[in-house]
Amino acid sequence: MSDEKKVAIRRLSTAKDMGKFMADYYYELDDAAKDDKQKIAWCTSVGPAEILRGMGFLTYFPETHSAMLGTTRMATDLIPKANAIGYSPDICSYLTADIGAFLEGVTPLSKVFKGIESPPKPDVLVFNTNQCRDVQDWFSWYGEKFNVPVVGVHSYVGVKEVTPSHITSIARQMENIVEPLEKVAGRKLDMDEFKHAVTLSRECSDLWEKCLAAASATPSPLTFFDGTTLMGPAVVGRGTQKAIDAYKLLLAELEERVDQGLGALEEERHRIYWDGMPVWGRLGMHSKLFGALKANVIASTYCSSWIFSALDAEDPFNSMARAYTELFIVRSDDYKEQYIKDKLDYFNVDGIIYHDAKTCPNNSNCRYGMPQRLAEETGIPSLTINGDLNDLRLLSDEQTKTNVEAFIEQLEEN
Amino acid sequence: MTNPNPIYVGVDVGASRTKVALLNPECKLLGHCVKKSGTDFTATADFCLESSLKMADASVRDMVKVVSTGYGRKNVSYSEESKTEIGCHAKGCYYYYPRAITIIDIGGQDNKVIKLDATGRRISFKMNRKCSAGTGAFLEEMSPRLDIPLEEMDGLARRSTEMVKLGSFCTVFSATEVLENIRKGKKIPDIIKGLFHSVIKRVIEMDAFTENVVLTGGVVAHNPYLVTMMEEFIGKKILVPEHPQLTGAIGAALYAMA
Ligand code: SF4
Repeated sequence: MSDEKKVAIRRLSTAKDMGKFMADYYYELDDAAKDDKQKIAWCTSVGPAEILRGMGFLTYFPETHSAMLGTTRMATDLIPKANAIGYSPDICSYLTADIGAFLEGVTPLSKVFKGIESPPKPDVLVFNTNQCRDVQDWFSWYGEKFNVPVVGVHSYVGVKEVTPSHITSIARQMENIVEPLEKVAGRKLDMDEFKHAVTLSRECSDLWEKCLAAASATPSPLTFFDGTTLMGPAVVGRGTQKAIDAYKLLLAELEERVDQGLGALEEERHRIYWDGMPVWGRLGMHSKLFGALKANVIASTYCSSWIFSALDAEDPFNSMARAYTELFIVRSDDYKEQYIKDKLDYFNVDGIIYHDAKTCPNNSNCRYGMPQRLAEETGIPSLTINGDLNDLRLLSDEQTKTNVEAFIEQLEEN
Repeated sequence: MTNPNPIYVGVDVGASRTKVALLNPECKLLGHCVKKSGTDFTATADFCLESSLKMADASVRDMVKVVSTGYGRKNVSYSEESKTEIGCHAKGCYYYYPRAITIIDIGGQDNKVIKLDATGRRISFKMNRKCSAGTGAFLEEMSPRLDIPLEEMDGLARRSTEMVKLGSFCTVFSATEVLENIRKGKKIPDIIKGLFHSVIKRVIEMDAFTENVVLTGGVVAHNPYLVTMMEEFIGKKILVPEHPQLTGAIGAALYAMA
């Protein structure tokens, strides 16, 4: 049985560099917001950031802010504020926590980064519904509050195979947002800058992919729980050189660990795959819970969501359309099933945890029989835990603990 | 010196009840005790051990090993090891029914469905979600509302002639439905049978069951009519161990012996 006090988890020293990256990123935004130096676009986490960079926007990602509301455990008290103005407790708790924070005039940024008082005010909001419809509702609310334009791409859902017609439609929509964005930017889209951003995004994505792939080594140098924070630059910094530099450092450290046979856990007896979102307010607790049981959660669907291998500077709009439609979250269940199966195989996984996040059906892949089908096909057992990304009222720590301990006990005994 | 009366102890500190089982090396149940867990788990576990030892005519010196399980497993001062309740229920049930089984445990606060293969290997398990619908807590909640003591429910449900069907998923909504039915003049035995039926429905929808179903837990121990109803519902005979409330504690004692 677990004894979380004794868990030995080896921290990555480059985590500090990632932290510095995030600090620089938020201070740059804060400066720009304060002296109106540069226009700011709010963008969804898998939105068309490269286009924005091609017009000189600084980009801010509200989802990252929401995740911080989760990790700082501010979210649970803020969600009811949004519920009270009509946003149901059953919808995305990123949205409700973030709107709740705005209503209350609070932000975790000021807790973490001294001197920052609020998120940077947007000049425009840009979404892509490839992940869900909630982002559109979320951004529209802010559009009205700040009296700024909201533009977006309406994507497909349940895509089995990405076809030329998908690409044409999404690429056209991406082209169509250029003009309204240019109006806000007060300048034209610079094709060279745009293409350069696509090149940098692709490079960032390739490096991040390699970092995640390092977890295929036994023992794995990386845990999913580390991954959820290390992925920060891939989300907010794609399209910039700084993100690339950060991942070069991380990759070097991971490769060094692999060469030396150093795992993230002192002892790795079980290799677990995590499907679904993290429980942001419980990252540390869950990391220790698994670590104490000598189970390393080595790979996830979630952290792999910021891999955009189709990006190609030679054909920026079409390749962006492909990259942002090829994503797991956009795809059909049979595609998702095969995707997870490939990951289980690649990472040599013994067990799967499905996080059924109450307020995000889009990232909860266990609701239509997938655990049962995959268990049958692969023989790999799984456990579903009920919880949420941000709303801690929706989880029971004791039940999660008992479930996880019983699951690892099952792996041990079999 | 060898111990002439070796005893293996299993302690199951559930959110609702604490159970202790004492086994001899031949796995004979020598002593046992069930008590409300209350707020001081450690004291309750001590009390249960003492009274089980008295029943077994044994002493603390005879205890070879203690394994604890359940929600308060870490609060047992005299336990050397702890195991999860899933593991202990599985072990306890497989001891009595060594074949491929689906175990359904209806506890005070949670329900479990555990599947074992023919060799006793755990294939999968599920616990109910956070909601208490379908657990003992549901019946405990309804008992004061209907002003009917828990221990009378089984007898009343047996007298039902026209069961009232309750449709809601949640305890609070069910309570409203019950009130509605009282207002409509429905008979209490029919409403209570409806409550039992709703417990069964909540459990049935947790998982698909294999050929052999074992039913355990305090709710089953105190309401044997629920077993009859469940058999009718799923259309097959259900296996119930002699002490359905003690399977977790017995499993823990078996772990102590291993
Ligand atoms: S994908 Fe889920 S968590 Fe992300 S914005 Fe949409 S509903 Fe919220």
